[in-house]
Amino acid sequence: MDYFLTEEQQMIKELAARIADEKIKPVAAELDEKEEFPWELMEVLAESDLFAVWVPEEYGGLGGGVFEQALVVEELSRACSGVAVSYAASGLGSFPILMFGSEAQKQQYMPDIANGKRLAAFALTEAGAGSDVSGITTTATLDGDEYVLNGTKQWITNGGEADIYTVIAVTDKTKGARGASAFIVEKGTPGLSFGKKEKKLGIRASSTTEVIFENCRIPKENRLGREGMGFIIAMKTFDKTRPGIGAQAVGIAQGALDEAVQYARQRVQFDQPISSFQGIQFMLADMATQVEAARALVYSVARLVDSGARDVSKAAAMAKLFASDVCMKVTVDAVQILGGYGYMREYPVEKMMRDAKITQIYEGTNQIQRSIIALELIKEAARKSK
Amino acid sequence: MHIVVCIKQVPDPSQARIDRETGMVIREGVDKITNPFDLYALEEALRLKEAQGGKVTALSMGPPAAAEVLRDAIAMGVDHGVLLSARGFAGADTLATSYTLAQAIRRLADVHLIICGKQAADGDTAQVGPGLAANLDIPHITQVRKIAQITKESLQVERLTDTGYEAIEVNLPAVITVVKEINEPRLPGLRGMMRAKKAEIQVWGPEEIDADETRIGLKGSPTQVWRTFEPEIHRKGEMLTGTPSEQAAALWERLRAL
Repeated sequence: MDYFLTEEQQMIKELAARIADEKIKPVAAELDEKEEFPWELMEVLAESDLFAVWVPEEYGGLGGGVFEQALVVEELSRACSGVAVSYAASGLGSFPILMFGSEAQKQQYMPDIANGKRLAAFALTEAGAGSDVSGITTTATLDGDEYVLNGTKQWITNGGEADIYTVIAVTDKTKGARGASAFIVEKGTPGLSFGKKEKKLGIRASSTTEVIFENCRIPKENRLGREGMGFIIAMKTFDKTRPGIGAQAVGIAQGALDEAVQYARQRVQFDQPISSFQGIQFMLADMATQVEAARALVYSVARLVDSGARDVSKAAAMAKLFASDVCMKVTVDAVQILGGYGYMREYPVEKMMRDAKITQIYEGTNQIQRSIIALELIKEAARKSK
Repeated sequence: MHIVVCIKQVPDPSQARIDRETGMVIREGVDKITNPFDLYALEEALRLKEAQGGKVTALSMGPPAAAEVLRDAIAMGVDHGVLLSARGFAGADTLATSYTLAQAIRRLADVHLIICGKQAADGDTAQVGPGLAANLDIPHITQVRKIAQITKESLQVERLTDTGYEAIEVNLPAVITVVKEINEPRLPGLRGMMRAKKAEIQVWGPEEIDADETRIGLKGSPTQVWRTFEPEIHRKGEMLTGTPSEQAAALWERLRAL
């Protein structure tokens, strides 16, 4: 398939693919086994300017957007989605600053994120607030020129490793969903600490921790946007990043498909390669078709988001939903094609199957995505019938 | 400090084929890449530049398409690329190549250090580095695995040998050829790749480097390849079978008979 990439986008894709094949693939199994944060690889990505692709030029970036980031995430995910999500989470943490930050905030934080010197992270989820984000209890109380943060965030990607955290906290309990605000908190701020590193099913190279605020005081200037905009900022951020989860899913699925095709050509049973059996051929054909359809949707949505279109929530949710469901199915089938070998850790597909599952869960479960899509459909229909 | 790195565009060794009739490497239809050994030379030059300041020039000889490897070098961080490309340069053996590159380095002027890969993956001669030094009448050290110290006047290196290494100090300017143990070459960055796309590659012909027409290209190349072949292996292995003690006994008999 030809997606008519510009010369620059082609360059980005090829460089990311080269890093995936030469630097990430050889260490992916080891990173998974040791559950080690891939700092060396983050440095490779930084030196290759890949953290700059979604940042405007005036803030030290290369002037791309969601699509360029998706191209990188897809290629990295082919090799190891634990590495890819650590990279992508810096985007998740930085989009709130890019979209809602003041000029001063952007100038202060974005150049370091763009050159990969500092990683970013996004802290929204809490123990009692997952799909229902209005359940957050972390508070930010204005005290003179400072906000005082208290509470615990859970399952924060890049927790402990990132330097810059965008945090959603309640500033006015009486206002419900309109009572939350967004803040920038830097690592090293007194009162900010990190809980235990979670033991996960997949994406085990990435760091997932609690982020704990105990009378953590930050300057008033660290608030993003106005008070009460917290949830809007979170939702607008997800509109930008859900295509990225879709890209991650496409990358994992492509990696699994590649392994399955290669294996099917080599594995001989009943005196012939198993690729000669129609049962295997039909599975491979379905897998390839689904991956391509997911890629086409993710790319289209990423381009739509970058075009500056309004109301992209439905499209962004579709890209995330469809690609992650495809990813789960394709990786399960890849394990099936590799049979007993696929189940063993010597082969990469069992890791891909474990890694796939999270794409159906994080940045909004696929049930939440369906709710978003359905509500938008109903709203659109209601508008038309007026 | 001005460092010149000599690089060569070669057919990708993983796709290499040889024409049995002519004994030449088949270059058509094969992807062309920077000679893998030259990447270590480029990386070492860039590390020296980062530590000491200065500039790095990449120099290559080849058809116009060889400008591609110079762009790749610029993407890695090299400052300038110079391509020696003209009809008159074609068909050069290592003698003519060494002379031609030396003439270009004379024109570049104020060069402190010249770094080459230990050999090219196509010809595998390892002659051009030393030949270059001979033409320029400066010292050379081959098989360098580490640069221990460098000043504007001198260089201390470790040179890989069959049994270990030699520590050598040499006055600059000098030529060194490097082995793959010396570093791990970097990947290019996007900014570098974008700069490389727009970079101007200087192209020089025989006139620009004041070359003697009889010493370049086919005219200046006394080497003729008569035949290329895989050497036949006359030694034959033999597997001894049986229990370990039977094998040991059989081996003892064999050795006693010698």
